[in-house]
Amino acid sequence: MEDVGSIVAFWMLSVIAVAAALMVVAARNLIHAVLFLILSFIGVAGLYLTLSADFVAVTQILIYAGAISVLILFAILLTPRAARDNAETFLQVPGLVVAALVAVTMGAIVLVTDWNEATRGAFPETAEAIGEALLDKYVLPFEIASVVLLAAMVGAIVLVRED
Amino acid sequence: MSVELSHYLLVGAILFSIGLYVALAKRNAVGILMGIELMFNAVNLTLIAFARFVSPPTDVSGHVFVVFVITVAAAEAALALALAMVVYRNRETIDIDKINLMRW
Amino acid sequence: MIFLAEWWDLRDLGNAVGAFLEWLGDHGPDWLPYTASAVIGSITLLVFLVVSLLMVAWAERRLLGRIQARLGPNRVGPWGLLQSVADAIKMLTKEAITSANVDRWVFWLAPILVAVPALVVFAVLPFNEGMVLADLNVGVLFVVAIGSVTAIPIFMAGWSSNNKFSLLGAMREVAMLISYEIPQVLALLGVVIFTNTMRMSGIVGWQDDHNTWLIFLQPLAVLIYFIAGAVEINRTPTDIAEAESEIVAGYHTEYSGIKFGMFWVGEYFAGFAIAAIIATLYLGGWTLWGLEEWVPGWIIFLAKLYALFWFFIWMRGTLPRLRIDQLMGFAWKFLLPLALINIFFAGLEVLLWQENELAAEAVLPAFAIGNLVLAVGLIVAWARFLGRGRPQWRPTRARLVKELGAVVYGQEA
Repeated sequence: MEDVGSIVAFWMLSVIAVAAALMVVAARNLIHAVLFLILSFIGVAGLYLTLSADFVAVTQILIYAGAISVLILFAILLTPRAARDNAETFLQVPGLVVAALVAVTMGAIVLVTDWNEATRGAFPETAEAIGEALLDKYVLPFEIASVVLLAAMVGAIVLVRED
Repeated sequence: MSVELSHYLLVGAILFSIGLYVALAKRNAVGILMGIELMFNAVNLTLIAFARFVSPPTDVSGHVFVVFVITVAAAEAALALALAMVVYRNRETIDIDKINLMRW
Repeated sequence: MIFLAEWWDLRDLGNAVGAFLEWLGDHGPDWLPYTASAVIGSITLLVFLVVSLLMVAWAERRLLGRIQARLGPNRVGPWGLLQSVADAIKMLTKEAITSANVDRWVFWLAPILVAVPALVVFAVLPFNEGMVLADLNVGVLFVVAIGSVTAIPIFMAGWSSNNKFSLLGAMREVAMLISYEIPQVLALLGVVIFTNTMRMSGIVGWQDDHNTWLIFLQPLAVLIYFIAGAVEINRTPTDIAEAESEIVAGYHTEYSGIKFGMFWVGEYFAGFAIAAIIATLYLGGWTLWGLEEWVPGWIIFLAKLYALFWFFIWMRGTLPRLRIDQLMGFAWKFLLPLALINIFFAGLEVLLWQENELAAEAVLPAFAIGNLVLAVGLIVAWARFLGRGRPQWRPTRARLVKELGAVVYGQEA
């Protein structure tokens, strides 16, 4: 992808996604951290679009920015006496060390490996192909995913019931 | 200077490590869940990048995998928040430093 | 249909823009036509939406007045036509008060972000064959996704106001929005089952090829989508989030001046968006069975959009407000099962059609009649099943005041 548009889009969206993720760490208010998380989700959805994954990008916005974020906000609202200052626990420094080690290791692997990528164009229409794959090759995970969602729904309702 | 696979993988790696730090270091249980969601996003980005650059042009298994990851992440977020609310109901806090009955 | 692809052919404004972009591509760098098309499209949409807003705001107040047996605004200009301009000037010049303890950045951002999703949705809607800003392959899903994002700025507004009523209004509003997303998606899914594509221009093309409107084939789905859409944009009877008689003004209590103006504007833009989506998906978009060769397609589209918005105005003037528990019960217990059964039957019909390779002219009228019977039957049967079937008491005839023995001033007893 050598054209100016792709390069500008990739850099802008990556900066948005990574900067928003860093602000999730650094925000002093939990609600602000959730809003920055939503911004990061939208940035990642934009990155999916630059990779010509239109169905996945729209699904990401629909489920992550539209539903999971609302879920997180409701959970914060329904726990009013919990601390909302987004503080760090006592494992802060070991956590930082582990995260930095993981980042360095993965970065080194990414830069050293020869990824054997071919110069191919963008996908023509992913929505149709994903639909056919879901009902053709991957029908068993599809059905199991529906059972997983049912179990999650029933489990969540039973857990928070006030009996 | 073009955008290649390694750029997307680096962005994924950075997002993953930021998510890992948030999951390890935040005190609020909801904060930990936010870190886990960041890690899921990084993994999805890596999958889609490989599907775009390495897979054969008609193979959408990367995309299907990402759809399933998003689905399971939604289910898991719902259950994690339900657990956090039940813990809040009993202990009036979701600070993981204080929910330490099972620690040594 | 045959469109002269000349730049002066006003029936499709995309011809003029296309010629201009070609000229730009010949005389400038490579990225210029793409960027210029985005800029032209965005500015045109914005201008169209704002002008529509001014006209429709006036029309709504006059029409509401007529429904409520009074004149609407009639002071400012002939027939009150400049009332919208007066409203806009008032909102721009009013002081935008910010309370002391609000969350400053979130409070400032929320009104801006509320109007954005409704604008973004217009990017995928085709006004004519060449007048789509971004003809996405997943257009229907894009519309749903952007609609689901509108919950976040509303929550931001309610939370940052540091006001219990605002927070209550915001929580009610978000609960309502996420409840009505599911019947909305399932109603749109009925369309996609028939047309086999999620591209908006493809759906309009399907309706044109088969010489029918999808409203005839999916009456239950259009009704469900209309109701779910009305809830999503907080029109009465579902405007509990901003109910003046209940919780002051809900999530936009603390906003005044242009900040409140952005909420008001965002509600109208979202109303236009829902009307435009119904016009595109169910009413055939810019086609009118061949009339689009003489009348420009975008005029037909705009006529359908305003006609649908009239239904919103009518609903606002006629129905009283519903309670939050009534609304949520309606979504989960009534609309969701109906939408699921609708998808089941739609899938069954398309399967029968494709497997037996029947002719479309014979099959589609049968489907239309069958779906209409199914819609009416399902609504009546499900309502009775839920226990809300027949009203217990019905007035038998009109009674005059005199019969009751009351006294009216100025009349002899």
